Amino acid sequence: MATMLEVKSLSISFGGLKAVDDFHVDIESGQLYGLIGPNGAGKTTVFNLLTGVYKPDTGSILLDGVNITGKKTIDINQAGVARTFQNIRLFKDLSVLDNVKVGLHNHHPYSTLEGILRAPRYFKVEKEMDERALQLLKVFDLDKEADYKASNLPYGKQRKLEIARALATEPKLLLLDEPAAGMNPNETKELMDTIRFVREHFGLTILLIEHDMKLVSGICEKLTVLNFGQVLTEGDTSDVLNDPQVIKAYLGE
Amino acid sequence: MKSLKKKATFQNLITYAIVIAFWVFIQLWSMAGQMTSLLNGLLVPICTYVILAVSLNLTVGILGELSLGHAGFMCVGAFSGAFFTKAMADTIPSVGLRFTFALLVGAAAAAVFGILIGIPVLRLKGDYLAIVTLAFGEIIKNLINVFYVGKDSRGIHFSMKDVASLGLEAEGEVIIKGAQGITGTPKASTFTIGIILVLIALFIILNLIDSRTGRAIMAIRDNRIAAESVGIDITRYKLLAFTVSASIAGVAGVLYAHNLSSLAATTKNFGYNMSIMILVFVVLGGIGNIRGSIIAAVILTALPELLRGLNNYRMLIYAIVLIAMMLFNSAPKSIELRERFLEKLRKKDKKEAA
Repeated sequence: MATMLEVKSLSISFGGLKAVDDFHVDIESGQLYGLIGPNGAGKTTVFNLLTGVYKPDTGSILLDGVNITGKKTIDINQAGVARTFQNIRLFKDLSVLDNVKVGLHNHHPYSTLEGILRAPRYFKVEKEMDERALQLLKVFDLDKEADYKASNLPYGKQRKLEIARALATEPKLLLLDEPAAGMNPNETKELMDTIRFVREHFGLTILLIEHDMKLVSGICEKLTVLNFGQVLTEGDTSDVLNDPQVIKAYLGE
Repeated sequence: MKSLKKKATFQNLITYAIVIAFWVFIQLWSMAGQMTSLLNGLLVPICTYVILAVSLNLTVGILGELSLGHAGFMCVGAFSGAFFTKAMADTIPSVGLRFTFALLVGAAAAAVFGILIGIPVLRLKGDYLAIVTLAFGEIIKNLINVFYVGKDSRGIHFSMKDVASLGLEAEGEVIIKGAQGITGTPKASTFTIGIILVLIALFIILNLIDSRTGRAIMAIRDNRIAAESVGIDITRYKLLAFTVSASIAGVAGVLYAHNLSSLAATTKNFGYNMSIMILVFVVLGGIGNIRGSIIAAVILTALPELLRGLNNYRMLIYAIVLIAMMLFNSAPKSIELRERFLEKLRKKDKKEAA
């Protein structure tokens, strides 16, 4: 299979602290890949490097063969990377539907002037957007709440809405930052099914950060373990989770 | 959801209807001969302030940036518009046509300043826009006070010193005379034109908000990092919103200038206090609530004049109204109460329908 994401010797320092040191990963197209490790290991920093929030000091990031190292966040998004956030970042005063429609922004264009003057294209494109957004919301069972203000959704649904919004940008690679945080076991199980479903349905490659080992062992095919900013080990999920080094550093004996 | 879209359109229609109803009311009132000259003189300023409040709400409520120099953009619009009207007196004899062009010139001039300020400042996070616009408002006012422009057969002359250094020919005319400003602008502004401009400003802003662009702007306001992560060009949309806001304030300035026979940049009309007053309209009407801005601007402009009969109690009542509006619009308990009340009304409607 083709490689979707190829990261080599990625590093960044904040002051004297090497937050991520010589990080590398190879993710094949269509894979469900997990990034785990103790708190403060640098997992979210890796996400921020991959999405251009931070510029790496050294290293390279290839997406589907294209170099996206050091590019701006919006360009990386347009190249096909979408993400969710550990601390939910929704557009809280917009409706659930509008949150997804913001995600659709670049794929359903009309000019500002056409919007103000209510040109025919405005109505046509807005209708397309409504339909597409509702389709996406349906995948996450959120279509009934489309009119709600995003901040009025319960926590678990806010996480789902973030994924729906990310999918609206039509990514190739989806980065999920602790998607199951704050969910109960039932919700987590449901989420696992949803993640599997969106991967098949949208033909995605998924990289996720998670502390819930049930979710990790349940859906991830391969894992990388990060500790103190460095790669501790990597490989197939079952091998990694039984690695004595990983048990010592992260899982606990 | 269709219902949501319809609801937004319906809400906008109510806003337009309120403005038109206000116009009809004033027309009937003056036909009945009830209009005092005091009230009559307030009508165009009310329209000016409504336009200013609505345009500032685009920056403060929708874009989520604080601007403390909105009077500065109004000032730019006022002077460029009035200058155009005076300078083109021979070229375009029709006052109405000249006024229409002056409105466009004022909007364009204010937009240029909006872009000039926006390009460096809107890239930054934080309250820099407030600081820079505050300075801009003061600078532009003082700059105009030392600005001399004259016109003769050889063209237009500028000076920052005095009238003599313009070197005008004998029949030349001084248009902007430093601290004395522009005098003799035709009084082209009427209440009806003011209301039309209010409606146009509302049309632009309400339609902008309820479009792809408006969603992007509000997404940036709610969460900049998330907006970036879904591919929204932050700087572009911030600049767009701010420029539209500035240019509409410029239009308000042109309207204002054509209501006065002599226009000078003083602390009273284009100073810091004016910017704050516009901000007060926006805050009291509800940040992000366009209709609220209109109502607040009308009430707070008319009130001090209407209460003149009460002499010393005037400012007391003004203050009480300010506090009451603030509580009604922003206190969590009152929002709760209002929503409960609306909910009850809705339920009643449904019961009656069923």
